[in-house]
Amino acid sequence: MAQALTPEKCSALIIGGSAGSLDVLLEIFPDLKKEINFPIILVTHRKSGNDSLLTDLLQSRTGLKVREAEEKEPVLAGNVYITPADYHLLIEDDKTISLDYSEKINYSRPSIDVTFQSAAEVFKNGLVCILLSGSNADGVEGLKTVNNLGGFVVIQNPNTAIMPYMPQQAVNNVKPHTILDSFEMAEFINKLIR
Amino acid sequence: MISEAINNEQIETLLSDVLEAHGYDFLEYSHASIKRRITRLYTLDNFVSFAEFRYTVKSDKQYFKRFLEEITVNVTEMFRDPSFYKSLRNDVLPVLGTYPFIRIWVAGCSTGEEAYSLAILLKELNLLQKSLIYATDINPSVLEKAKKGLFPLNYLKGYSENYVNSGGIKDFSSYYSANYSLAKFDDSLNEKMIFSTHNLVSDHSFNEFQLILCRNVLIYFDKELQHKVFHLFDNSLDKLGYLALGSKESLDFWPGAKQFKRLKLEKIWRKL
Repeated sequence: MAQALTPEKCSALIIGGSAGSLDVLLEIFPDLKKEINFPIILVTHRKSGNDSLLTDLLQSRTGLKVREAEEKEPVLAGNVYITPADYHLLIEDDKTISLDYSEKINYSRPSIDVTFQSAAEVFKNGLVCILLSGSNADGVEGLKTVNNLGGFVVIQNPNTAIMPYMPQQAVNNVKPHTILDSFEMAEFINKLIR
Repeated sequence: MISEAINNEQIETLLSDVLEAHGYDFLEYSHASIKRRITRLYTLDNFVSFAEFRYTVKSDKQYFKRFLEEITVNVTEMFRDPSFYKSLRNDVLPVLGTYPFIRIWVAGCSTGEEAYSLAILLKELNLLQKSLIYATDINPSVLEKAKKGLFPLNYLKGYSENYVNSGGIKDFSSYYSANYSLAKFDDSLNEKMIFSTHNLVSDHSFNEFQLILCRNVLIYFDKELQHKVFHLFDNSLDKLGYLALGSKESLDFWPGAKQFKRLKLEKIWRKL
């Protein structure tokens, strides 16, 4: 069955990644158009402590507004929200952010599964999720939910990912709508602009 | 599909039952988090239908104990966010030390890690003997754990690093004795602690404090409930008392915030 290469709509984009995903983000961000008219939420595994580092790195490469997500704030189009280290990020029905300090999932907090699942229930077929490089299986269960609720699933090509395990687990267990190399991702995201 | 095992209306129904049958009001908790906790428990305990789950939660007192323990988040650490504890040690407690008597409320203390961290700071500043720490939680079973001062030994390495990063200079292991897989904290630390149940949603102010610590509790409440709780804290704080919140929590959007002044970079406010 042929899969559509771009979704019909995008109300929100969530990018999840672990080891090896920073390189991809740094490659994507300079090429993102400032006309992006949906919120972008990043969930990446990292050590707590130097929270502003990732924000600063990405902000220096894009005209979009990059910030660390605050609890209860609404997710707004054209903004990039970074999940704070050591918190899970969930989306409420009114499209505001809830942070959660509950048990780690897949040895991870933030867990990509938690955000994918929670956002899938809210944005349903308007959700686009990209899973990047990483060395555990976080994100796989979340992508299943995204698929089931009509969202659009993108997985980084495991063959060219720095850490192939996470995207490979996803490819093995979830039917993605498309598999992309890192250099194709900015163009894909720009095509989501409606 | 796991995540849709229980829908939004069923969550509302269940929480209304809980309020009616057990007197605990979770209706103003952040919806996404509580839904996730409830769905997780439902899946974990292998219920075959929502109706069965609902009936059990409503009528089985023993199961409700488990429900309460599992849907509230009881993840905590000693000296969590070392820079926060450094600020307590250097900026807040020395001021409180000039008072004849120090009353502290640790609201939502869970299994007690923060109350014990605070006791260690007070002890090192020679203030513990004139202090009282009221440690409260909605959940009686976590308070039973907190009273014992027993924490899993495998966490102590991380706690010890937090302690050092927060400016602690003693040998952290001098505060506890290892007993198989548990670390038993010194009884001198909880001599000045009073443990009691208190529900931030429905219970009132019960004393006046110079410091209230409530960290990573309010993130689970919706905005309206957060504001009610800030009001409760305001009523429970002495003039010039301190309110300390979690690293992602803020007084900023509460109308009463004008009466508080934030301290430097930490989530600590002083009542004016």
